[in-house]
Amino acid sequence: MNMLSDDQKMLQETASSFLADEGGIAKQLRHWRAIGCKDGFGHGLWKRFAELGLTGIGVPESHGGLGLGATEAALVLEEIGRNLTPSPFLISAIVAPRAIEGTSHADRWYPGVLSGDAVLALAIDEGPRHAPERTALDARREGNGFVLNGAKQFVVQGASADMIVTAARTGGEAGETHGITLFAVPRDAAGLAVENVALVDSSKAARLTFTNVALDSDAVIGEVDAGWQPLSRALAAGNTGAAAELVGLASGASAMTLDYLKQRKQFGRAIGEFQALQHRAAHLHAEIEIARAAALKAAQLLDSGDEQAELFVSVAKAKAADVASLAVREGVQMHGGIGMTDEHDIGLYMKREAVLGELFGDVFHHRNRVAELSGY
Amino acid sequence: MSDDLDRFRSEVRTWLEANCPAEMRQPIRSEADICWGGRNWTFQSDAQRGWLEAMAARGWTVPDWSKAYGGGGLTAAESRVLKEEMQRIGARPPLTSFGISMLGPALLKFGSEEQKLHYLPQIARGEIRWCQGYSEPGAGSDLAGLQTRADDKGDHWLVNGQKVWTSYADKADWIFCLVRTSTESKQGGISFLLFDMASPGVSTKPILLISGSSPFCETFFDDVKVPKDQIVGEVNRGWDVAKYLLGHEREMIAGMGLGGGASVTLGPAVKPADPLLRAEIAAFDVDALAFAAMSERFAAMWKAGEAHPASPSMMKYAGTELNKRRNALLMAAGGSDALEWDSERSRHGKTARDWLRSKGNSIEGGTSEIQLNIVAKHILGLPGA
Repeated sequence: MNMLSDDQKMLQETASSFLADEGGIAKQLRHWRAIGCKDGFGHGLWKRFAELGLTGIGVPESHGGLGLGATEAALVLEEIGRNLTPSPFLISAIVAPRAIEGTSHADRWYPGVLSGDAVLALAIDEGPRHAPERTALDARREGNGFVLNGAKQFVVQGASADMIVTAARTGGEAGETHGITLFAVPRDAAGLAVENVALVDSSKAARLTFTNVALDSDAVIGEVDAGWQPLSRALAAGNTGAAAELVGLASGASAMTLDYLKQRKQFGRAIGEFQALQHRAAHLHAEIEIARAAALKAAQLLDSGDEQAELFVSVAKAKAADVASLAVREGVQMHGGIGMTDEHDIGLYMKREAVLGELFGDVFHHRNRVAELSGY
Repeated sequence: MSDDLDRFRSEVRTWLEANCPAEMRQPIRSEADICWGGRNWTFQSDAQRGWLEAMAARGWTVPDWSKAYGGGGLTAAESRVLKEEMQRIGARPPLTSFGISMLGPALLKFGSEEQKLHYLPQIARGEIRWCQGYSEPGAGSDLAGLQTRADDKGDHWLVNGQKVWTSYADKADWIFCLVRTSTESKQGGISFLLFDMASPGVSTKPILLISGSSPFCETFFDDVKVPKDQIVGEVNRGWDVAKYLLGHEREMIAGMGLGGGASVTLGPAVKPADPLLRAEIAAFDVDALAFAAMSERFAAMWKAGEAHPASPSMMKYAGTELNKRRNALLMAAGGSDALEWDSERSRHGKTARDWLRSKGNSIEGGTSEIQLNIVAKHILGLPGA
């Protein structure tokens, strides 16, 4: 309970050394940003994920994957967060595979996920705030298939994806969970306009416009009108993963800040000697440890199929985003002027936190979920 | 292994069914329902007495201490099973004592074999109620500045001085007490003494708190004679014992963050109608559930020896700050009902009294500021802390 197994510790060490070395900020994030990469991540590094077997974490053994759980994904994501490593790992290898699990789309896409040749994305949000039950993108039955009309935004790596898992409405009203259907939409589908947008952290997300996009009925993932269940499964994995990445990000920002407190001298001494800063650093440390415990607990409950998992997923995401936000604000402030410069890495943590904090619902969304799930 | 544990669980379940009285499965309503034991203890009921005696006979008041010291000799896994089975039927702790939570662990680590064999079984059976003599009027956060003296008089120590914030000193039988045995060095001149509160020269005076209760006392020592063998650890090395014991005290106080037996979260009970209060309570509930996850993780890591030695300070800080927020939100949610002080309706002002009492959580056992200093220095390695 709450402790890692030896295998998990080994995975953590593998991910830690791989990402600190090959996934570091200078080699990846700054490099791809400087050359204006359209994907926002490097395909070479993504192939390395595959070579190390990391792309198999979320793929069942029956399909040649490792069949591991949210806990193992979290261990890798914490290291990704610490190094701000841009990669399709969270969405393509963890979230999307959960959405298509147990369907014919799994047979079609799992091999590409495993080899690192395919990139998958997830299209849910239709407005600036996450509200999956408000899904309104219209999917009308026509002949042997469906015709989709509407728009999506904040589709992470959507322009780089081969296939986009898309939530659409086949029945019911916006606000109802019944009547949502998931579709496997090829990025090059006729009638689908993809606008590749650079976000504040130099990652890429797409705005999608669907104009009479015609799909065969075998594009449906699972059952018509019953997409809420696989969508929830994918979102639970996504939020748990994002929470772990945020914890790693907070740890990375905090470690960088602590180093600075020990190096930077003013008034003839290290600024870390000032109690005004010590107490804030100590408070932040406690908060990060608490967020890590919450993220780990959510992953473990998800893995054991516990009925409390849904509640703890929202607890973990809300807490991790809250704490990571504190870590980057304290980070920039305690670095002083240098923290405001583009040259220093601490600002990159602040930018990434803003995006991850928003992904799959922000702090307020998840606090509200906790209240609703608790019956108030 | 797991078969053995399953068998143990079923034995425990059967035994608890037969031995835990129905009355002892009721939730604890107030301080009066807690069994502290001791020479002068008046049992609330036959059920309370019977429950303590039955549990003590099996060594299950301290399940993981060895049998030679009055414990149950259970493994960590078995202790957890016992705890889970007690929780399952809502069994009250048979005994609450500073002997179990604070002095016992210190004796196990620093006591001589004679001391362990003498004191630990008495603690396990709830025969002696202990109090803690740490703070002094001039030594609060700067605890090592304490001035209470113990002079070596050949065949005994002669203790003179004053302690303050001594929890339940007026009800305790014995005290574990920090005394100055040398003025050569601040921390290196402190010793850890045990003595009987009935000794001539000991007197106590309760302190009335803003909450209206008096859990603490001023304690005075006027030429108190203490036998030489009642020192734990070496002379002038008591600070090590004191710090170790403080770790256990902080761990215990950190548990307040979990709501002290009530629900960890507030929202389900409060059901706030005001949207802004609901938002605050939801934020609190997220923090409380995250802290609960941390408490589980910390306990597992602590047992496995993987936690940083200073981490109880982090837990104490986080848990007590959380408990203050909990009580402040309960006051807000209660509105004017929560202001009533002595009506039956308000259970004699429970909400207000708990709220006021909670303010002490981040002061007792080392202030939040002291805990942050410890985290900054020992965990973060910040200079000059």
